[in-house]
Amino acid sequence: MFAVELQKVQQQYGKLTVLEDISWQLNKGEVLGLFGHNGAGKTTTVRLILGLIQASSGQVKVLGGSAKQPAIRQQIGFLPENIMFYPQLTGLETLQHFARLKNATGAQVQTLLEQVGLSAAAKQKVKTYSKGMRQRLGLAQALLGHPKLLILDEPTVGLDPIATTQLYQLINEVKDKGTSVIICSHVLPGVEPYIDKAIIMARGKIEALGNLYELREGAQLPVKMRVSGLVSPFTHEALIQSDTLVKGWQSFTLPATKKMAVLQALLTYNPKDIEIQPPSLEDLYCFYMHKAGAVGAAGVQL
Amino acid sequence: MRQVWSIARKEFSDGLRNRWMLFITLLFALLAVGISWFGAAASGQVGFTNLPATIASLSSLATFLMPLIALLLAYDAIVGEDEGGTLMLLLTYPLTRRDILWGKFLGHSTILGLATLIGFGGAALAIALSVQDINLGELFLAFVRFIFSSVLLGMVFLAFAYWLSSKALEKSTAAGLALALWFVMVLVFDLVLLAVLVLSQGHLSPEALPWLLLLNPTDIYRLINLSGFESGGQGMGVMAMAGDLPLGSALLWLCLAAWMMLTLSLAQLSFNKRLS
Repeated sequence: MFAVELQKVQQQYGKLTVLEDISWQLNKGEVLGLFGHNGAGKTTTVRLILGLIQASSGQVKVLGGSAKQPAIRQQIGFLPENIMFYPQLTGLETLQHFARLKNATGAQVQTLLEQVGLSAAAKQKVKTYSKGMRQRLGLAQALLGHPKLLILDEPTVGLDPIATTQLYQLINEVKDKGTSVIICSHVLPGVEPYIDKAIIMARGKIEALGNLYELREGAQLPVKMRVSGLVSPFTHEALIQSDTLVKGWQSFTLPATKKMAVLQALLTYNPKDIEIQPPSLEDLYCFYMHKAGAVGAAGVQL
Repeated sequence: MRQVWSIARKEFSDGLRNRWMLFITLLFALLAVGISWFGAAASGQVGFTNLPATIASLSSLATFLMPLIALLLAYDAIVGEDEGGTLMLLLTYPLTRRDILWGKFLGHSTILGLATLIGFGGAALAIALSVQDINLGELFLAFVRFIFSSVLLGMVFLAFAYWLSSKALEKSTAAGLALALWFVMVLVFDLVLLAVLVLSQGHLSPEALPWLLLLNPTDIYRLINLSGFESGGQGMGVMAMAGDLPLGSALLWLCLAAWMMLTLSLAQLSFNKRLS
């Protein structure tokens, strides 16, 4: 059984097609990154998965059923973008309220407050919380009841770098316990090591789907090499670009297909060190956006 | 059911936290005591006069206050959650829209019920302790009827508030609609009925007009309280028509309860259709 399964999903609002022929699956314990420009269809996809809207056509299965069923929703944790809470409640009261709705224990409330670093501020009213604190409280509420599926919409917005790292570590922990995770985000730096596969959406369609290796294979973007300690200037017909960096380092950009040939040639120059940089998730995202012709549309700036 | 209680608990806590309950209780207690002792001050009498007149005055007051308080308490119940961003989150939890609505209804009704019981019940206690020659049994029954019918009237308007709140896209719109509804039900409706009575010049069947009172829950409420006294069954204005109604007290209670169920069903339908 898949944690999430979308089959030929189409979503229309009048004549406007928001999602077109979307099919993908998420396995148990997998982390999926759902990326795309504003209006690409990420939020609609999330709302479909959560059962908040009905697909115009196609099938959406969540944990073997539909999220319209409360029993399925019991197993889903959700952190919405720009999460808001009841301002008059404290962080503790907020979490206790949502814990009651999810039949989670008081002990888990305390544990989660500690995990997200809000124990000290637990008795402060939520209206006094910073955006980052609200986001951490949101993450804690999403983790109530040990969900089997965790959906995080822009989870790192408002978080400082340390809190962002802690968030990803927490995601790793729940993943290890078998929870499937969907991360919807515009913020690509930092997320790469924590996702098992990615979906890049543009204009309601899937432009790329797979693990990072598969996405790189599909994109065939140039690879960057950084080399130090070359005994003489290195040249090769495959090189697209060559730059001299500080402290004896040189940088080369070359087609991914020529990587091994260039590497073998480089080794004859007795280098001290070689670093190979595959295309980053951001590079891949930009590539697929260009490919989809989505750059410039819907406010996409790359 | 657990989910309904959880939502109700939060609404009740909010009511305590933002002093709504304290405010309503004090307001009712002060007005009830004031009306009981100073209701006949204009005729030169100060002090408790008689029970039917006291209940009639109190129910007239509650006819204005109860709907207004209920509407103010609940006009933002749905649209406020939506504007605040918490409705979507709630809808991702394992509870139905019915759980949310009934939970809010239970919580708000408890606030209204307790405040009314303490406020008006306090006045009844004050009368029982300070007026010497009063029939305690009659006082008890009159106030039980008055308090319960007042709470039921409040519940009807809570349900009205949820309906408007489910329809409105903004809190300000819901507030405006709630005030307009109060104005129509409490102030305009009886005037329209009187105008119909005068303008029809006998063309309308006189038997039909009293039935029109049942179209307004506030009128049913007043009928319930007026019909409780043998000597005080005839009211003024449109209430004078009520004498022609062949409905007993139990049926009037049922009518008011039916209004509550009808408005609550309308609220549920609107809420079910609302996108978040």
